[in-house]
Amino acid sequence: MRAPLPTPSQPSPPVVDIQPPLRYKRYAGWILLILIIVMCSIQTKVTPYQLITGLPQMGQLLKEMFPPDWSYIPTIWAPMMETVQIAILGTTIGGIIAVPVALLCSYNIMPNRFIALPVRMILNLVRTIPDLLFAAIFVAVFGIGPFAGMLALVFFSFGIIAKLTFEAIEAIDPGPLEAMTAVGASRLQVIRFGVLPQALPYFMSYLLYTFEVNVRAASVLGLVGAGGIGLLLDRSLGLFRYDRACVIILLTLVIVLIIDYSSTWIRRKLL
Amino acid sequence: MIEFDNVSKIYPNGSIGLRNINLTIQKGELVVIVGLSGAGKSTLLRSINRMNDITSGDIRINGNSVTQASGSELRLIRRDIGMIFQSFNLIKRATVIQNVLSGRVGYHSTLRTMLGWFPKEDIDLSLTALQRVNIREKAYTRADQLSGGQQQRVSIARALAQEAQVILADEPVASLDPLTTRQVMEDLKRINRELNITTVINLHFIDLAREYATRIIGLRAGEVVFDGTPEEATDEAFAEIYGRAVKHDELLGVL
Ligand SMILES: Nc1ncnc2c1ncn2[C@@H]1O[C@H](COP(=O)(O)OP(=O)(O)OP(=O)(O)O)[C@@H](O)[C@H]1O
Ligand SMILES: [Mg+2]
Repeated sequence: MRAPLPTPSQPSPPVVDIQPPLRYKRYAGWILLILIIVMCSIQTKVTPYQLITGLPQMGQLLKEMFPPDWSYIPTIWAPMMETVQIAILGTTIGGIIAVPVALLCSYNIMPNRFIALPVRMILNLVRTIPDLLFAAIFVAVFGIGPFAGMLALVFFSFGIIAKLTFEAIEAIDPGPLEAMTAVGASRLQVIRFGVLPQALPYFMSYLLYTFEVNVRAASVLGLVGAGGIGLLLDRSLGLFRYDRACVIILLTLVIVLIIDYSSTWIRRKLL
Repeated sequence: MIEFDNVSKIYPNGSIGLRNINLTIQKGELVVIVGLSGAGKSTLLRSINRMNDITSGDIRINGNSVTQASGSELRLIRRDIGMIFQSFNLIKRATVIQNVLSGRVGYHSTLRTMLGWFPKEDIDLSLTALQRVNIREKAYTRADQLSGGQQQRVSIARALAQEAQVILADEPVASLDPLTTRQVMEDLKRINRELNITTVINLHFIDLAREYATRIIGLRAGEVVFDGTPEEATDEAFAEIYGRAVKHDELLGVL
């Protein structure tokens, strides 16, 4: 359903003769994989047995979900919109901050590695922190509410967009940069007329992609008190109002699908 | 007037680009530089607008040292020098006129150009430049929809929009077929004559050099080994520049 992320074309790797791997190596790989799975299952006590015993309860849950409590829609409409708005704000602000940072860590724009390398390290650090952890931290700092959620998404989007964009910038055609330097352009003008036209379509595409991801992320931010629809979902589940939870899930599904489809469509047009 | 004063260039890896070059190129000349691959043609050309730094010596344009110019001085010097590349170096996704207009950025403050708006005079100038290379009707086409020859003419128009006093062209026709090669060379020659723009072109076709140049400079291993008129550049002279007889594939052939 999701269109693959576009990446700037890279030279194809040299063709090498591929030897069929030795058979015992293949078996060894499979055995190792099975061993790891079994070990993990024993250690965490996650077993297929639980799936079987849990199934009847699953059926029970589904039965209680239907019919959904449609009268709940007016109540959840505002938080649902808040969820989308959190995602829009978080993505946009994160994307704007990502632009200068992406430029700073592209070696072809910033030949000075003393700047590029530390910036890359910070960027990698930001990217290791999951969105919900960000949200939990900001709820602790700024209190419960959508602001914390928005801020979490700013950091989260910033990490994704900056990383993807700097990779796109490093893959652009250096020719126009050379031409702009030769006409007497300043550094910023070289970026504006040499880099921007080449990198903008990629950036927009990454921005939309991140927005898709963020709408989904924003709908669970409420679980840690960071605003959006997640709070109501948590409450409905806590009160065993599965018919209401069902409406929330269905509405979220519809909104996410609409956004995914339109964003995929726009991204296809862009490139 | 472009002056080379004892110019040498040694690349960081030790290979020699230029060796003790002394040259004076007068306003309005159409100089073609010839020489084997690796002789230093690109190095010479690119040192004129300091796309390459030189190791020693001095290069002056109308008396102003390129070698000593500070950042903003260098940008002003470059603004008056159009550069044409073998691979055109256009923004492929942008329209033709946007590409030509980008030659004007040196005339405006960085802040003003950030939005990408150019004054009406610049647009008129760019359209006139496109007219001069006979592709005005392509002004609002995307650059990547043009043929190679047309793209090269866009880059010539960009140099014209710069109101350049000097045009440097590094193998401008190396990726074009023989017919378009002649059209592009005709354009360069016509502009050189009509606007009296000093033009320096690197070429590897001997017959093209003889046909279009007012002066031919031969390089070998970073040194000037020939400097004369096309009439003086006989087959024997070329054999001297190349250190061997002229080969068939060094001639474009008569059309
Ligand atoms: N960036 C560089 N680093 C190191 N050596 C270089 C570099 N560029 C050129 N050289 C060397 O300098 C010498 C002159 O190169 P240059 O590119 O000026 O030759 P050219 O006459 O333009 O050749 P061609 O016809 O192949 O374009 C060659 O020996 C080349 O190997
Ligand atoms: Mg060369």
